[in-house]
Amino acid sequence: MSVLTERLSVQKKMGRKGLIIYLTAGYPDMDTTLAAVLAAAEAGADIIEIGIPFSDPIADGPVIQKAATLALNRGATTAQALDLIRRIRAKTAVPLAAMTYTNTILHYGPEAFMNDFGAAGINGVIVPDLPLEETDLLADVCRKASIDLIQFIAPTSTAERIAAISKQASGFLYCISTTGVTGVQALDYKPIAVAIEAARKTTNVPVAIGFGIGSPAAARQAAKYADAVIVGSAVVDRLGSQGVNGVRDLVGAMREELDREGC
Amino acid sequence: MADKRGRFGGYGGQFVPETVMPALTELEDFYNEVKSDPEFQAEYASYLAEYAGRPTLLYYAKNLTEHYGRGRIYLKREDLLHTGAHKINNALGQALLARRMGKRRIVAETGAGQHGVACATVAALFGLECRVFMGKEDMERQALNVFRMRLLGTEVVPVTSGSGTLKDATSEALRYWVTNVRDTHYIIGSVVGPHPYPMIVRDFQAVIGQEVRKQIRTLQGAKLRYIVACVGGGSNAMGIFHPFKDDHEVKKIGVEAAGKGVDTGEHAASLSNGRPGVLHGAFSYLLQNNDGQVIEAYSISAGLDYPGVGPEHAAFKDSGVAEYVTVTDGEALAAFKRLAQIEGIIPALESSHAVAYLEKLMPLTTKDEAVVICLSGRGDKDVQAVAKVMEGL
Repeated sequence: MSVLTERLSVQKKMGRKGLIIYLTAGYPDMDTTLAAVLAAAEAGADIIEIGIPFSDPIADGPVIQKAATLALNRGATTAQALDLIRRIRAKTAVPLAAMTYTNTILHYGPEAFMNDFGAAGINGVIVPDLPLEETDLLADVCRKASIDLIQFIAPTSTAERIAAISKQASGFLYCISTTGVTGVQALDYKPIAVAIEAARKTTNVPVAIGFGIGSPAAARQAAKYADAVIVGSAVVDRLGSQGVNGVRDLVGAMREELDREGC
Repeated sequence: MADKRGRFGGYGGQFVPETVMPALTELEDFYNEVKSDPEFQAEYASYLAEYAGRPTLLYYAKNLTEHYGRGRIYLKREDLLHTGAHKINNALGQALLARRMGKRRIVAETGAGQHGVACATVAALFGLECRVFMGKEDMERQALNVFRMRLLGTEVVPVTSGSGTLKDATSEALRYWVTNVRDTHYIIGSVVGPHPYPMIVRDFQAVIGQEVRKQIRTLQGAKLRYIVACVGGGSNAMGIFHPFKDDHEVKKIGVEAAGKGVDTGEHAASLSNGRPGVLHGAFSYLLQNNDGQVIEAYSISAGLDYPGVGPEHAAFKDSGVAEYVTVTDGEALAAFKRLAQIEGIIPALESSHAVAYLEKLMPLTTKDEAVVICLSGRGDKDVQAVAKVMEGL
């Protein structure tokens, strides 16, 4: 079983919701990202997404855009992100997913990317501009490297698409909470809840809700509809304003809220 | 022709978030329906004729021809269209599509402002709500077009993310579309973006080349040998090239912006100097650094400074259907001035790049050969910027 699936399944068996935390590699610098990842893992994150900065992140809102721009301006590269992942893996067994855009992987070479990042300790890749129609580009190389290629469903996904996407799902199914980009906002989870229900008919992989979840209360609310929640912008924002301890506190508070009875 | 998955010889595709995939599929299905619907085509043709001012003239530039003393030079006068550039061809077609799809809002990106003005214009005409994303720097360079859009009732949104130019405006427009996809149609301004956009924009712009095909009967004995057009994203070039795609007697030459020179790194020559990669939903030639980060393009012409290019141009380049060359800021400025003074026509800085290539092309031509230049837009919007850099004008 995939490392990502296993982690979320173990939690599920214990009646707990999974918590997936996103951080941008190189924001505000690689050493701080490393410290923040370790803090998030200790505070109860089940999976950490490492964002490899790309110049044109079309699926990201202002917070993560800014983090990527700042990291790039400070000289962050894909090679440095790879090194960061090695350093993380040397210190923790927390499941890891790399989140980046198609061009970053294409430029590196899909096979080389999966081999190198797989060897460094990545368990999955999340590519928000690679819809089902284009997954051929990475599906084989991911399979060979035993890396989960995370699939997305959105509130706009049709029944046919949900069935086709779910069939390809591995690791976990990334369910986009809202039409829009990443970033904290008030949400109506009903449309994605309907989509999740449909997806569960086709796939047994755990489902995770992401986009827009900004607080422990919001995490708890979103978790009602899924096996796990994904939190990105709020954590990156907290890292910028309060540093590594701020991340530890936020992740810890989310963990606590998710573990509270009735979730 | 794009295949089922929107590929042109391996280029193109749909590299976008899942959220907009259903909208792209809907758009493609809808477009395929109206494409063969005589009623839609008649409506589009009537707006082109009665509102935009088609067909445009194929003007014999006698003075310019005499200036070079070689082949005959013809200008396809897209600059005479309503709003001053070829962009209205696509804006009208897509606004009619949006209306048929029942979408009340349109969103667009703009660089030089010509596409933004075209969208603002059709939005006013059809009573659609319109929002245009424009780089902050471009808003300063093209203040007149910003005013025109606002006058037409469009909301112009400054983009400061990334480098604050066309590339970032396009990303912002895509993000806005992802967020408001249910009631909003995104009118991409060039033959770029995810499938089906490169195909749709090409089809709406192909009217340029289709007219040239009919008009070449008037070449007075000369034989059409060359078609020259500027290429940023590449919509006017694709529009005039495509109907001649299989016509090997006619050489298609796309002129990219070399900016301060392709060796300086400050240019917008994606086909000539880029490598294939993915930007804004399509796989095509792209200016990128050694880490796969997209490099900011530079050109004196705001409409050409885009680091990507339409995927069908990438396929044309690889297969040799068209040839792509470059022209610097300085050469374009000289052509801007030359056409104004010799023919009394002020071309857009974008189109000036095509005009500038005559310097290299004309000595190779003979008197019985004809060259058609796509004069994609007029230069009124550029005079202030040009006055700043050009002494003695």
